[in-house]
Amino acid sequence: MKLIDCPYIGARPQSEFVYGHEVREMPKPSEATDKEWADYVFSRASAPGVKKEWWHHVPSGIWFVFERDTLTDKFIRLVDIAEVQYEL
Amino acid sequence: MSYRLQEQPLEWIDRSKTVNIEVEGKPTRGFAGDTISSAMLANGDIHMGRSFKYHRIRGPVTFANHDANALFQSSEETDIRGDVVLAADGMKLHAVNTIGGVQNDKFRFLGLLSRFLVVGFYYKGLFKPRFMRSFYERVIRESAGLGKIDLNWKNKRKSKRYGFCDVMVIGAGPAGLSAAKAAAEAGAQVMLVDENAHIGGTLDYQYANDDSVAAARKELKEAVLNNDNIEVQTSAVALGWYSDNWVPVNTPTGIIKVRAKQVVMATGLFEQPSIFHYNDIPGVMMASAAQRMISRYAVKPAEVGAMVVANEDGYRAALDLLKAGVKINAIADLEDHETRGDLAKQVKAQGVQIYDRHAIYEVEGKKRVTSATLCPLDSNGECDSTRKTTVPCDGVFMSVGWAPVTHLLFQCKSDIKYNAEIGQFRANSMPEGMFAAGRVNGVFDINDQMADGAGAGQQAAAAAKGETADVQRPALTTVRQSHEYPIFRHPKHKNFIDFDEDIQLKDYINAAKEGFDNIELIKRFSTNGMGPSQGKHSNMNGIRILSKFTGKSIDDTGTTTARPMFHPTPIQHLGGRRFRAERTSPVQQSHIDNKAVFMEAGAWLRPEYYDTEPTRMESIHAEAKAVRTGLGIIDVSTLGKIEIFGPDAAEMMDRICTMRMSNMLIGKTRYALVVDEAGVITDDGVVVRYTDDHFYYTTTSGSADPAFRTVQKQIAEWGLNCEAVNRTAQLAAMNLAGPEARNKLAQFTDIDLSEEAFPYLGARTGHVFGKPVTLARVGFVGELGYEIHCLAGDASEIWNNLLKECADVNIRPFGVECQRLLRLEKGHVIVTQDTDGLTNPWEAGMPWACHMKKDFFIGQRSLEILKPLQSRTLHGFMFPESFKGEPKECHLLIKDGDLNGRITSVSFSPTFNRWLGLAYVDDMEAKIGDAIQIRLDDGTLVEAELVSLPFYDPEGKRQTCDVDGTDGKVA
Repeated sequence: MKLIDCPYIGARPQSEFVYGHEVREMPKPSEATDKEWADYVFSRASAPGVKKEWWHHVPSGIWFVFERDTLTDKFIRLVDIAEVQYEL
Repeated sequence: MSYRLQEQPLEWIDRSKTVNIEVEGKPTRGFAGDTISSAMLANGDIHMGRSFKYHRIRGPVTFANHDANALFQSSEETDIRGDVVLAADGMKLHAVNTIGGVQNDKFRFLGLLSRFLVVGFYYKGLFKPRFMRSFYERVIRESAGLGKIDLNWKNKRKSKRYGFCDVMVIGAGPAGLSAAKAAAEAGAQVMLVDENAHIGGTLDYQYANDDSVAAARKELKEAVLNNDNIEVQTSAVALGWYSDNWVPVNTPTGIIKVRAKQVVMATGLFEQPSIFHYNDIPGVMMASAAQRMISRYAVKPAEVGAMVVANEDGYRAALDLLKAGVKINAIADLEDHETRGDLAKQVKAQGVQIYDRHAIYEVEGKKRVTSATLCPLDSNGECDSTRKTTVPCDGVFMSVGWAPVTHLLFQCKSDIKYNAEIGQFRANSMPEGMFAAGRVNGVFDINDQMADGAGAGQQAAAAAKGETADVQRPALTTVRQSHEYPIFRHPKHKNFIDFDEDIQLKDYINAAKEGFDNIELIKRFSTNGMGPSQGKHSNMNGIRILSKFTGKSIDDTGTTTARPMFHPTPIQHLGGRRFRAERTSPVQQSHIDNKAVFMEAGAWLRPEYYDTEPTRMESIHAEAKAVRTGLGIIDVSTLGKIEIFGPDAAEMMDRICTMRMSNMLIGKTRYALVVDEAGVITDDGVVVRYTDDHFYYTTTSGSADPAFRTVQKQIAEWGLNCEAVNRTAQLAAMNLAGPEARNKLAQFTDIDLSEEAFPYLGARTGHVFGKPVTLARVGFVGELGYEIHCLAGDASEIWNNLLKECADVNIRPFGVECQRLLRLEKGHVIVTQDTDGLTNPWEAGMPWACHMKKDFFIGQRSLEILKPLQSRTLHGFMFPESFKGEPKECHLLIKDGDLNGRITSVSFSPTFNRWLGLAYVDDMEAKIGDAIQIRLDDGTLVEAELVSLPFYDPEGKRQTCDVDGTDGKVA
């Protein structure tokens, strides 16, 4: 089982984490066409590469955003959540 | 006749203790430490089983647990590995794949039909004529599989354990022992794993008679066994490699899930067979198998032998055989014995006839090999069958090459390429945290193997500390150890590549000719490597043959994927003991005292009903009657309970729920419906507004954690100024419902329960029995009711007091089933029962819950798009009172012979004295009063009528104070 480095308490087994999907910014609902909206809801770019992802550490109840290379399954860095925040 | 040799220096048997077993009804005597196979061999019994396809009689080939010939069956267990399982007094065993025993197997003549059982015959031949298919199926089912399962099997699950170490060393041969010793001496905590019963590896059989390593062997073993920093696991198999060095190790007492900081793979090699006519006849075996027989169990492999050799190891084996008193009539060297070094000279000096550039072309023998025929090799490496030399023998020993045990190396994605100089695959580089050492690493000289292991051990120990060790590892061998093509055609075939599956050379080549010329495809079509040994003695030759056939290099031909498990693992080990979290409410003891029958709801144990009446249904109906006519109480502590507070709390609630929450008045509750981004219903609950910036929000039991995670994530993602706290475990909740609820609860609380002071859908804080609570007047089961939220520690006292103090109105605790019935009567949708992974609120009849004019909520835009696309509607339906049947959830609605929907909830309602339920109707034209057809389990179509919802108390009078008496009649 994979180990994930929790920034607060160090390496923990992956089973302590819940994957929260790739970071994606929602298009403005009022401006998106039906097609654009459906694309946002249903389509995911599954091609491997370096991605920002949400990971929730269940025991401590904290969300993190990590950058991970999904090809090599290596966690690269902890991302400041301010980097991925957006306003509606 | 006894084949037991005099005492061998390193033997594993204890001659002071005898062991008696019975194989195929024949008493067999061995010594303590004998395996089933070695005890048989010592008695001269070489016939271990029958092959899978042609039921050919078979003896030991690898004698290392890598072939399927020595599989046995006891009354309790099947596929007992005779090569490694110790003989124990009283064992009664049979071979697995026979009908009528090994000697008189009913299917023993199947080999004569082999020309009709061509490769892939079951894909091609067993389809036509169609009426024969059931016959073929029966025959295949009877022939398929090995062994019989004991249907009275008793649960013998083994515990799983966790292990941790700095350095794990896999393989306890010369390299592995050296690695373990070096790593431990450098301060690492080491776990040493080996599948054999004893440590030592090849030191104890290939080098058993080599005096030059005796001192090193003794020192290594003592150092390993006496070092407290080394945990030795023998008879233990490293099953696979998973991320970050997570290696499950199967031991006789169960699986250890080991997290190793560093792993040293000193896994060694599997010896590979030469392929010639009748190479499966008992007596034909690997040279290393013969060495294991001699050194470990003091068993003489044969009286007179012949050998086919392509490396120095073969001559080492020849010397061991000669020493054990085996006469060697001929050695066929595929190349030139002069290139094999000093060992070949020693063999020759003992008078053994060596035939250079010869192969064994064929052997003869019915039940044991009686002669071997050697032919010279021509310039194409083919046997020249016009020039035969035949020698008598009862044993044929093959030492033509090896395949490295790279399974775990492939799994950790090391860079494995074929090294033509050595003749084997090898990892050119290893990923971080992994080291390979010894022969699997291409290092063959025995002293180099030990040095390579020690070097890897030092490197691993340093890496475990985050350092690097400056270690010079020995150079790779420059002598080829494995022949490129020890495979020889024969017009009469029966030259087997795979002994498990009876794959002949021509089968494999024909498969390639038919177009299955990719290594993964040819494996599936020919079944080469798909038997119990999973290609451990057949994949390498398969690759060589395919490579030659296609003209591609070995690397371009590639290998099949070596997935975990490395070795077949009993399911009782994989399953382990049941290890599952179980949650109970703080009121659990009272439920037990009140005879609750529990059901699992996610991790929770919840009362399904209280077993107070003669039958389950009567108990449930009695509970329902209590709620409708008097007073009932249900434990809803399993609800998710989330508090949200902060300046943006109202904004957050608006975004999460479909209904507008920001305009709620303080002290009010509101139904909360939650949909996901696709507009699919995921959750529902109740929201309480305590203050302007403080909300309390309940979720369904199963959604507590995901709902909380979503709230937290959205707060972070949107940067809102509010916080969420998951209070699910801190708080308990119970719902007191029934016409008597207000009268009784008013006696125990300081909250004014009058209709004016505390109307329907209100929420108040105060005390019940002196304990702090939040009361919420919610619809829930369709009666006047109060949901009491309190601290978990106070729950038991409040609950028990209510049961005691309300005994005068015959209060009853009610369970989940009764609650479902009551909610169904009210037409309330239960999320995940009446909704599925596609249901949106339009279909579920809840457009009233979607406040589309809000600025935003999750899923709003999708609901906008979905609204005009609605194609089904959730309707209530009722059967006539006269209906006597048993409709079930998921029964289908039929219209004109086509599907027209399905039932999601259905129950017999004691209130209405008839069956009623909810169903999706695909027909958008359907309206109240229409008849629908429902198909029951037995296929009969029955009729019900669509009715308006809710069934019970449509005006909602009973949820206010307008209770029309307590007789349970519908208002």
